[in-house]
Amino acid sequence: MKESLLEILCCPLDKHELELEDAEYEGDEVIDGTLVCTECGERYPVEDGIPNLLPPDMRDKSPA
Amino acid sequence: MDLGERRGLETNVYQPAEDSELLAEAVCERLSSDSGSGDENGRTVLEVGTGSGYVAGRIAEETNARVIASDLNPHAVRQAREKGLEAVRADLVSPFVDCAFDVVTFNPPYLPTDPDSEWDDWMEHALSGGEDGRAIIDPFLESVDRVLAPDGTVYLLVSSLTDVDAVVERAGQEGFSAAAIADHSFPFETLTVLELFR
Repeated sequence: MKESLLEILCCPLDKHELELEDAEYEGDEVIDGTLVCTECGERYPVEDGIPNLLPPDMRDKSPA
Repeated sequence: MDLGERRGLETNVYQPAEDSELLAEAVCERLSSDSGSGDENGRTVLEVGTGSGYVAGRIAEETNARVIASDLNPHAVRQAREKGLEAVRADLVSPFVDCAFDVVTFNPPYLPTDPDSEWDDWMEHALSGGEDGRAIIDPFLESVDRVLAPDGTVYLLVSSLTDVDAVVERAGQEGFSAAAIADHSFPFETLTVLELFR
């Protein structure tokens, strides 16, 4: 993900801002890291360049 | 029409079909035709339920908009990212800030499905709209208003199998006017692209 994506992303639970932590970059892309809600502290992973912003209760549900 | 017939060989990610084509065509046309005004600041488009990323990819190629592709399905967001799209794994519009998008497009899971015959895999999620076909469309209509810019537009693909009038009525309850801007008839259904605006 591009860092500028952060401007339009928010915590899916309380819609507060997210802060990027432990970022690893490839060029100008964040390929790994964690997005942390500045309000509730919930953590959302960035893996292989894709932020996973599913609410925690949906994150681990995987059909098939 | 058996859902299974639509599955083909791919079991993880819905691949572009007639509905994707109709939606991509209609949205690209709309976006290019009014690009004369204020395209300097560039519009931001969200495709919800991007699947393979086909519609989002077409919009990114054919317009100057910044396109974000989201999906619930991890395989889908991976395919979208491989196409060079900005991909986000998300439940509908929940992780996007207020007023973020000038355009939101969605080719939702809309096939009415008997609960007993549903199978629990990603392809079912991509196709099945629950018993009335609107199990995903309704929550989308309830939530999309928040992320739309003040003069933003939604392009929603609907099918006659889903009862287009019921979708339009529901959109109306959420404060949207609706216009059908494209359709395509098949022996078993008619696909329509609805433009929703406030």
